[in-house]
Amino acid sequence: MIPPAFEYFRPTSIPEAIALLQQHGDEAKLLSGGQSLIPMMKLRLARPGFLIDINSIAGLSYIKEEGGFLKIGGLTREAELEASPLVQTKYALLMDTATVIADPQVRNLATVGGNLAHGDPANDHPATMIAFAAQIVATGAKGERVIPIEDFFVTLFTTALKHDEILTEIRIPAPPPPPLKTGGAYLKVERKVGDFATAAVAVQLTLDGAGAVQKVGIGLTNVGPTPIKARKAEDFLRGKKPDAAALAQAAQLASEQAEPGSDLRGPADYKKGLVKELTKRGLSRALERAGTSK
Amino acid sequence: MARKQQVKITINGRASEALVEPRTLLVHFIRESAGLTGTHVGCDTTNCGACTVILNGKTVKSCTMFAVQANGAEIMTVEGLMKDGQLHPLQEGFKQEHGLQCGFCTPGMLMSSLALLQKNPHPTEADIRWGISGNLCRCTGYQNIVKAVQYAAGKLNAAAQGGSK
Repeated sequence: MIPPAFEYFRPTSIPEAIALLQQHGDEAKLLSGGQSLIPMMKLRLARPGFLIDINSIAGLSYIKEEGGFLKIGGLTREAELEASPLVQTKYALLMDTATVIADPQVRNLATVGGNLAHGDPANDHPATMIAFAAQIVATGAKGERVIPIEDFFVTLFTTALKHDEILTEIRIPAPPPPPLKTGGAYLKVERKVGDFATAAVAVQLTLDGAGAVQKVGIGLTNVGPTPIKARKAEDFLRGKKPDAAALAQAAQLASEQAEPGSDLRGPADYKKGLVKELTKRGLSRALERAGTSK
Repeated sequence: MARKQQVKITINGRASEALVEPRTLLVHFIRESAGLTGTHVGCDTTNCGACTVILNGKTVKSCTMFAVQANGAEIMTVEGLMKDGQLHPLQEGFKQEHGLQCGFCTPGMLMSSLALLQKNPHPTEADIRWGISGNLCRCTGYQNIVKAVQYAAGKLNAAAQGGSK
């Protein structure tokens, strides 16, 4: 399958890319890893007349801790997350997620920024970033602005990014120092490697010195028109000791917030059941990891 | 409407140049412009991995990249494996262990296996299965492919040890 014809640009700076976006308006689209966009172009689900390839812009690929955040450049490849000792040792939720996105070849090209900017609720990073309470940095003609992740996903394939903005950085709050304990996990049920999730749940939590839940984030993948923040479950858990009864109730609340449709991956009720079980297991794993970290 | 662009890609050490439409997929450049038909188009939807090549050291699905994106890149395809008339240990492994039946997925399997062994010369069975998880085979049930990669790993490691003495 050959996509429809388009003009191709390969800018080498952010201002140049933004100028091209402004010049070509709605017909222009950014090309990052291309692992969602190119398949969609082949299927004529996307028909950009102008493709602006941002892969030659230097300085957009990095993973570093700075100012209380893990900062990830928008062009950072998924495979780079997997290979990062920082991610491996301190950000278990992110590591879990990076290893179940698509397959090894796709992860060599696919970018973290693209995974989010695509606005697909079936992608894995959106729920993860919701659980982390991450921030999105968008760069436009007038400079940068910071968008809290909970305001980022507007509707199916639509984010808060303006047409002439580029997602340049993701900021994940660094785990707080001891005696606070932090853990996270991403649990995904997929039919086979490379498939989108039938359902998946991202959990990130912090316990205070007394062992009560101080902070908790729960994000749900592919069970609604946008990635879902399981706010009711989060509110319920905050301030409580995370015993078995509390986890079960939180899992029930998360499944009630899911709004899956029935499709080839399964009926809606089954997916709600999955969310419930995955939330319970995700919380348990996050707690285990919080306990074993310093 | 779209202007054609001059693209130069080094494939298996030899430069290939062509004037292509931006929408030309990398796999079509490799097969039609460079004339290297070992790389296969399978599903054409980023699932099967038959079109896998190694681009600047990393495996990619060449049906999910435009040739213009690879301008200036170095690529290795299945044709780059054989040296001086000798099969690469991976090719030999696939032959000895019956790692293929119809052979359609094999070029992609070989590229993913090569990238795996370059990164991890002593893979476990689980590592091998992970390494080829982006490649589908409808014939073998994967068992013999795993054995083939183990065969190649053994042979490469023996050669490396012999060489270091």
